[in-house]
Amino acid sequence: MRARHHLAGLGLALVFAACPAVGADVNDLYFGEALYHAYQGQYFEALQRLDTELAMYHGLDEPDLDTLHYHINNAEFSVGDFELYYRMHRRAGRAIKAVLEGAVDENVRNEAAFRLARIHFQKDQLDDAQSALARIQGAVPEGIQNDVEFLRANIDMATGRPAEAVTVLQQVHADESLSGFVAYNLGIALMQDGRAQEAIEQLDKAGRMPAGDDAGLAIRDKANLVVGSMLFESGDFERAKQSLDRVRLEGPFSNQALLRAGWAEDSAKQYDRALVPWSLLVDREPTDVAVQEAMLALPHAYGSLNLHGRAAIGYGRALELFSNQIERVDASIISIREGRFLNALIREESRQDKGWVIRLRSLPDAPETYYLMELMASHDFQTALQNYLDLEDLRSKLIAWKTSLDSFDDLIRLRATNYEPLLPAVDAQFRELDSRIRLRLEQRKHLADRLQAMLTAPRPDSLATADERIAGERLALIEKQLGDSDGPDALALRQRVARLRGALTWRLETEYHKRLTEAHEHLHALNADVDALTRQYEAFVRTRQAATHSYVGYDAQIGQLRERAGDALQRVNTLMARQGHMIEVVAITQLDARRERLVAQQTQARYAVADSYDRAARAQADGESQ
Amino acid sequence: MLFHIRSVSLGLLLCLGGAYGRAAETSDQKQMRGLDEQVQEVKSDVLSIAQELSRLEEKLLYPSGTEVAVFILLAKGDPVRVDAVRLQIDGQLVAHYIYSFKELDALRKGGVQRLYIGNVATGDHQLEVLVDGKLESGADFSHSEHFSFRKEVKPKLVGLTLAGPDSGNAPIALGEW
Repeated sequence: MRARHHLAGLGLALVFAACPAVGADVNDLYFGEALYHAYQGQYFEALQRLDTELAMYHGLDEPDLDTLHYHINNAEFSVGDFELYYRMHRRAGRAIKAVLEGAVDENVRNEAAFRLARIHFQKDQLDDAQSALARIQGAVPEGIQNDVEFLRANIDMATGRPAEAVTVLQQVHADESLSGFVAYNLGIALMQDGRAQEAIEQLDKAGRMPAGDDAGLAIRDKANLVVGSMLFESGDFERAKQSLDRVRLEGPFSNQALLRAGWAEDSAKQYDRALVPWSLLVDREPTDVAVQEAMLALPHAYGSLNLHGRAAIGYGRALELFSNQIERVDASIISIREGRFLNALIREESRQDKGWVIRLRSLPDAPETYYLMELMASHDFQTALQNYLDLEDLRSKLIAWKTSLDSFDDLIRLRATNYEPLLPAVDAQFRELDSRIRLRLEQRKHLADRLQAMLTAPRPDSLATADERIAGERLALIEKQLGDSDGPDALALRQRVARLRGALTWRLETEYHKRLTEAHEHLHALNADVDALTRQYEAFVRTRQAATHSYVGYDAQIGQLRERAGDALQRVNTLMARQGHMIEVVAITQLDARRERLVAQQTQARYAVADSYDRAARAQADGESQ
Repeated sequence: MLFHIRSVSLGLLLCLGGAYGRAAETSDQKQMRGLDEQVQEVKSDVLSIAQELSRLEEKLLYPSGTEVAVFILLAKGDPVRVDAVRLQIDGQLVAHYIYSFKELDALRKGGVQRLYIGNVATGDHQLEVLVDGKLESGADFSHSEHFSFRKEVKPKLVGLTLAGPDSGNAPIALGEW
């Protein structure tokens, strides 16, 4: 009973694909850079950037001061989103679980639960999806309320509970982007619940809803196609035709709608009217299943109108087309066996935009891609193809990194060659300068201490000039030479010495404050020079360290990285070979099935040509005999 | 003979249109899913190598003492179409970038482009920015601006926010992070 949820999930997938997080003001440049890559579909680069930023953020002592703090919830969610877009569901689940289990507020927790449920749903883990949804409690952020209910209904449908899905979907008041999907899924849920008539009315309603974008138009077309088919099967050919006529001629469901519209007319025995859609269809892409069916249906209508000659011509065209297509399928199979399919896939020009799958078909010399579109209808095949392309990208990256690592080795070697002869002399000179600087700094400190001490214990002698100090010393010497002699000359000299010492002391005492102020000013002026010296000293130390860091200590890291890149490359190559082989096998199996179908149709056409010629001949003979 | 074509059931139709209906998982599908798990693992490993490599590259080529990075942002909601940005640091051309539609679209959505990463000495530097583009009216515009910035010991991040001349914002605003 868990079989049918992919249809219901279509809507979800389309809505989901439209919303990589954010778009608001960016306060953290590196988070903005991750978004820049993500908005261009470069999810590997986005993850590389954001993972690094988050690791740094969580390693900070005060993360609140980091600019990523403004976006942290968004960043945590974005990692999960990017991983999901990069088809890393397991890691995405873990990232979102981490948010869910962290200390976050109710809104954030509920959004995380929703995102986790969505991942589980996409991976068919329906029980887990339900458990995640059950964790949503209390206030749900307004922006995701409808999405939550839509997902709930999808899970109900996928787990065989269409009645519950109907109840949920009937209460969703979706905005324009979701309304078409809600209306369509409600119709499908009603059908699954066995309420066919209500389903028809609901799908009819969904098929008339206004749609603003390609996704909305596509789901409206699909609603019309499904309701047209239901009405056709219930025998209401007229209403079926009206619904099928509403499918756009240029939309993705156009071929199927034209085919069904023709059969609706045919069933109502309006063969001439059946010719209109089928005539349109037979001129379309000949690899399409509906077109190939129309190749037989159109002459069948002519035959029903007794236009056996035209029917014979039509069957003849069909026969030719089937023969050509069988040749094409054979060519495709051979080409795939020769490995050209995988080469075509990784051709750069085919992957420039979102429509790369469609472009593949127009690649020259790539017959193996003609029938790719139908293979792409399978989710698993799509995943396998995308994985193959992702592996090819990884392979290119790993090869480029090996070259980068070689360049780093060269760079380091050249730096070592340059610095190693220079650094010993530089270091010796620096050591000498360093000791001189330290000495001067010590002297300065000593002076500063002495001046500081003089603020509380004045010492005028300490501020004497050199002349004054010499004069003082000479006076002391004279005093010493005079000794104890008390002759008149000695007395006169002693008086002069005393007067001179008095004058000296007077000068030192009276000028003390001025001199102390000047000394402080000089010391302060010295501070600027010392600061400049310290800056230069630190700059030199940094530069010196940078010189060493520019080539020392990388060998182990580079060796380890080279080994890891080598291992990863080996694994990527192995996986690519296995993935490529798997893609080829599935593609060939599919093509074999198409071939069988084409052969059957060719046989039908061959018999029908003969039958039509017989009938035409008989009709002509009857006409002539009459 | 023909009428079996008409027996295309609703289920098959849905299947053709959108992968409706899902048979029991085939061995191919099982193998594909098994491979998918392994691909996820290798992606995880390669991402971890990429992170370490980018840290190593930054340390080797752009040590924090000299690192300068210039980022480009678009003013929120500004419809201006930026075609190219040219960047000179101290008179030297360091970046001349021409934008693709996808890149411009990513900028408009709020993405931030790291236009340039390089090395400069600590101290004051001159930055000259020239922007070429088109206005909403289709007219060409070109605007240049000179800025000064000071490089300290830590890495220098410079953000340039671009806006159209009609927006009321400065055509080129410098922000420092």
